Amino acid sequence: MTTAAAPAGERTAKAKPATMAQALGRALRDSMAEDPTVHVLGEDVGTLGGVFRITDGLAKEFGEDRCTDTPLAEAGILGTAVGMAMYGLRPVVEMQFDAFAYPAFEQLISHVAKMRNRTAGAMPLPITVRVPYGGGIGGVEHHSDSSEAYYIATPGLHVVTPATVEDAYGLLRASIASDDPVVFLEPKRLYWSKADWSPEAPVAVEPIGRAVVRRPGRSATLITYGPSLPVCMEAAEAAVEEGWDLEVVDLRSLVPFDDETVAASVRRTGRAVVVHESSGFGGPGGEIAARVTERCFHHLEAPVLRVSGFDIPYPPPMQERHHLPGVDRVLDAVARLQWEAES
Amino acid sequence: MTVQELPGAAAYRPTPPPAWKPLTDPAPLLPDPEPYRVLGTDAVADVDPELLLRLYTELVRGRRYNAQATALTKQGRLAVYPSSTGQEACEIAAALVLEERDWLFPSYRDTLAAVARGLDPVEALTLLRGDRHTGYDPREHRIAPLCTPLATQLPHAVGLAHAARLKGDDVVALAMVGDGGTSEGDFHEALNFAAVWRAPVVFLVQNNGFAISVPLAKQTAAPSLAHKAVGYGMPGRLVDGNDAAAVHQVLGEAVARARSGGGPTLVEAVTYRMDAHTNADDATRYRVDSEVEAWRAHDPIRLLERELTGRGLLGDDGIEEARVAAERMAAALRERMNADPVLDPMDLFAHVYVEQTTQLREQAARLRVELEAEQGRHGHNDLEEGR
Repeated sequence: MTTAAAPAGERTAKAKPATMAQALGRALRDSMAEDPTVHVLGEDVGTLGGVFRITDGLAKEFGEDRCTDTPLAEAGILGTAVGMAMYGLRPVVEMQFDAFAYPAFEQLISHVAKMRNRTAGAMPLPITVRVPYGGGIGGVEHHSDSSEAYYIATPGLHVVTPATVEDAYGLLRASIASDDPVVFLEPKRLYWSKADWSPEAPVAVEPIGRAVVRRPGRSATLITYGPSLPVCMEAAEAAVEEGWDLEVVDLRSLVPFDDETVAASVRRTGRAVVVHESSGFGGPGGEIAARVTERCFHHLEAPVLRVSGFDIPYPPPMQERHHLPGVDRVLDAVARLQWEAES
Repeated sequence: MTVQELPGAAAYRPTPPPAWKPLTDPAPLLPDPEPYRVLGTDAVADVDPELLLRLYTELVRGRRYNAQATALTKQGRLAVYPSSTGQEACEIAAALVLEERDWLFPSYRDTLAAVARGLDPVEALTLLRGDRHTGYDPREHRIAPLCTPLATQLPHAVGLAHAARLKGDDVVALAMVGDGGTSEGDFHEALNFAAVWRAPVVFLVQNNGFAISVPLAKQTAAPSLAHKAVGYGMPGRLVDGNDAAAVHQVLGEAVARARSGGGPTLVEAVTYRMDAHTNADDATRYRVDSEVEAWRAHDPIRLLERELTGRGLLGDDGIEEARVAAERMAAALRERMNADPVLDPMDLFAHVYVEQTTQLREQAARLRVELEAEQGRHGHNDLEEGR
């Protein structure tokens, strides 16, 4: 039976609290039910349902040929997915944790990202690479990396990251349907965040590449994505007491980048802070700050600031709270936006 | 305190481990100790003479192609060319053993296999000329793009074969790799996936003695590259890579086995790279002439020619006919390669994504302005105008 997503606005079921993890699983299930070429593969995705249970029940419902437990080898998982896509399938691969994806980088960069280009458009590769990423869950070494800078530096890949339950469903559906390869970054510390949501009554699925204003404001823009969105929303609420009315932009997609929404916001507010938890040097914040400056220079009342993780290897879990940008660090940056040029 | 030291304890008897047995019987997977040969042995009597003649014609054509392509590098028409002279038997057998519905996954040295499979000789060279990465539609000929990173195309072959089987198609993928490539992680992962999935794949390792300058002994400590198969649970076959009939037969059996659901095979063809790694390499720095000369006596074309002439299947006329046909191919290739390719710089942005991102549209506009200025036209800046 196919459970097609109902058109936006047509509410056929009452929304109940659902987690982001459940929404992601439902997106996989609905994609597989609608399109028999969608295949899920990865380590532990079958019988176990994935270490985060995102793929729970898929092997049972669709069989092991559609949801396959592979040997433990990330280059092999992504490399075989390339061949499957070459033969007309639509593979969705799971990289169990962010840092486990590194062995697959050559396949991702040399083949997944480039096949369309290498073959002058003759061979598209509709592969979705799901990567649980980021810290804040008390994971030990190699389980908390934010690797988005590596992905966004690779032309040919879309890089998408949801921050809400609705987007987790809608963006994953859009990613699987895309004829371009998508690196789908799942903020694992938001897996258990909840919202009133029902797949029978989904929010409108935006095409990949559109940012959204999560909170309108007038005095400055917080530009963020994924795990840092709740931090920014909380900071914006806290800033009200200080007399700041902050606008929060959720990028949702790092590639393509929505210059228009971001620039329009900063032109309104005149001030901007980019917030993400990956390292700052060479990180996405530098690129975003430069783009904002190029487009909004005459509207800016202060330099575009960045709040990021430190430029250190991801720290051990007992220390991670010092590394992850929290509300206070965001508010400190907002305070620095009352900038005056040094003489 | 150990168990034995416990006061009053009886002598410690460990519980035996649960019963263990190997997943796969290794014996039938092991390669024979000597590379399998057909030419000059009794086995040749069973080979169809038509096939031998076909192999001969293609080998002669292939060698001429290598010579012509190498000459084109000297004229600056090709950026680089990795010749497969000496290895033509592997190249041609790989192409001829496949059905039309099958797929070939070549490495950068396997232009000849692609051409023998029916690819336009010029389209096969666009990567090396430098105008396009892949000059052909992979689906049209069922030939994957010539792969420059080592062994990374092997998991693709496994995935494609696996997908074909899931769809119920009896398609086989044949993937080619060199001896150096067997040291790469992707080689290991591809063989492992193929064996676990029983994917209809044949891996052909052309062991040509050197990975650029590094000899086989510094590449592996295995008894042979074919012996690696047993560790994955697939048969390993060792074949004389200069014996076109033997390579054709061994690959043919492996393809038939894969097609009938028997799973993958690893074939090591022992051969020799007569030319340097590419035209840019100096082979005299790492190998001696006597070794090259010893292999020249075992030349794949001479082996086949001796068999065919000895049995009266090929005379001077036939030899001349093959030579002339190869010459015609070379002349046509030379003529077509001497024409400058017409390239549209705007194509740089055409095939990155299904739809260009706004960032790419802006960059494309910038390039267009530069091109117009280059052409001496009155250029105006679209970007500035758009602001």
